[in-house]
Amino acid sequence: MKVLNNIGKYAIMLSIVFSKPEKWRIFRIRLFEEIEFIGIKSIPIVALMSTFMGGVIALQTASNMDSPWLPAYTIGYITRSSTILEFSPTIISLILAGKVGSNIASEIGTMRVTEQIDALEIMGVNSLNYLVLPKIIAAMLFFPVLIIFSIGLSLVGGWLSLLLSGLSSTDTYIYGLRFYFINSDIVYALTKAVVFAFLITSIASFFGYYTKGGALDVGRSSTQSVVSASIAILIANFLLTQMILL
Amino acid sequence: MIEVKNIHKTFGENEVLKDISASFHKGKVNMIIGQSGQGKSVLAKCIVGLHEVNSGQIMYDDRDFCNMNRSEKKEIHKEIGMLFQGAALFDSLTVEENVMFPLTMFTKKSKAEMLERVNFCLDRVNLTGRNKLFPSECSGGMQKRVAIARAIAMNPKYLFCDEPNSGLDPKTSIVIDNLIREITYEYNITTIVITHDMNSVIEIGDNILFIHQGKNWWQGDRNSIITTDNPEINDFVYASEFMKEIKETMKQKK
Repeated sequence: MKVLNNIGKYAIMLSIVFSKPEKWRIFRIRLFEEIEFIGIKSIPIVALMSTFMGGVIALQTASNMDSPWLPAYTIGYITRSSTILEFSPTIISLILAGKVGSNIASEIGTMRVTEQIDALEIMGVNSLNYLVLPKIIAAMLFFPVLIIFSIGLSLVGGWLSLLLSGLSSTDTYIYGLRFYFINSDIVYALTKAVVFAFLITSIASFFGYYTKGGALDVGRSSTQSVVSASIAILIANFLLTQMILL
Repeated sequence: MIEVKNIHKTFGENEVLKDISASFHKGKVNMIIGQSGQGKSVLAKCIVGLHEVNSGQIMYDDRDFCNMNRSEKKEIHKEIGMLFQGAALFDSLTVEENVMFPLTMFTKKSKAEMLERVNFCLDRVNLTGRNKLFPSECSGGMQKRVAIARAIAMNPKYLFCDEPNSGLDPKTSIVIDNLIREITYEYNITTIVITHDMNSVIEIGDNILFIHQGKNWWQGDRNSIITTDNPEINDFVYASEFMKEIKETMKQKK
């Protein structure tokens, strides 16, 4: 019952969030602030995660290739496919659900318990629209950039790990990366990035906005937002794969 | 003038406000007092629209607030200034940006005009030249004064102050009280102060509403609250031993 109640509240929240901003100039300023906060400040963690993720995928693939029938370029092919289709969009989004999601929930939650949101409402500001809309739009615009960046670095990480371990040559790896490449895989990855961006920011904002109580409850909202966003990402991932790939 | 008529408010099974009716006058410091948990803050939040009432009417100069749609309520909100218990300043903005915030959102003034207004408001609350400080760099009293400056930036018709003296020392409390009174008289606005600080009540209360058990228990001015025989009010006003001694002395003098 509580889940249904929350879904209803979430839908009502979204209907208020997606209204016309009070002033477009202020919305634009807020949007760029959020792009910096949500997107640009996530670059270091995405870079670190992606490079090591690509390296591990390449090493694991190489170490499991016992059959002499499998060509050596399979390492590059599998690294590319698993990175584009799954690891970069989904795993990086799960990481961002933790970093960005908890940040948003605690920021808005703190504003709620310190009456800053009440202050906005009393002034006549649509607080949901003012606080949440720029975050959702910023994430939906910048997550695809992060995912492209992540894919690139993963593939570089894979190459570096093979180079350092001597398990495959650069030429063979690059041949594998280019082998039977399908453009629509990138579209699939970016579609997932946009959907996950929406889920992470809107769910985190929901839990932050409806925080009740004090500092302890802000922490609780932050945890709930990460758990809920992660579950939502996994379900959406399954549905999108069914709809786009099959 | 703000009038509330037959206000009822419940949270689940708990009826917090029971048929409250009262008038809050223009150009006066109207106070809502009572013990903790009696419903004063809930009443104030109902009046400003942060809580929906179950039944009753809230009239802002004969405009029925309860029957307004979202955009009409927004127009009323633009006429309201509010000082929150914890000041509720935006942490990420400087003092100047905090005071400028409502002007940026709702006026078409140039940056220079807005800055002029901000400086006027900061000057009015004796914070001249503190524009670039962040709220975390301000003392509790300064934060309250910045919040007052922000509340008056849009020339409000109605000013709400929720526990303006909480967490402040007696001297700073008097400064804030005097500021609220001066602003009320100077701009002829309807001010509602929610408090349980008897010093404030005696100092600046023109029209006092005493709430007890969620009901409008008593309404009067600061002179009559001292002399009334109402036992609940006497329990509240003369709660400390010191105040009881003063009451005894007053009686003996009579």
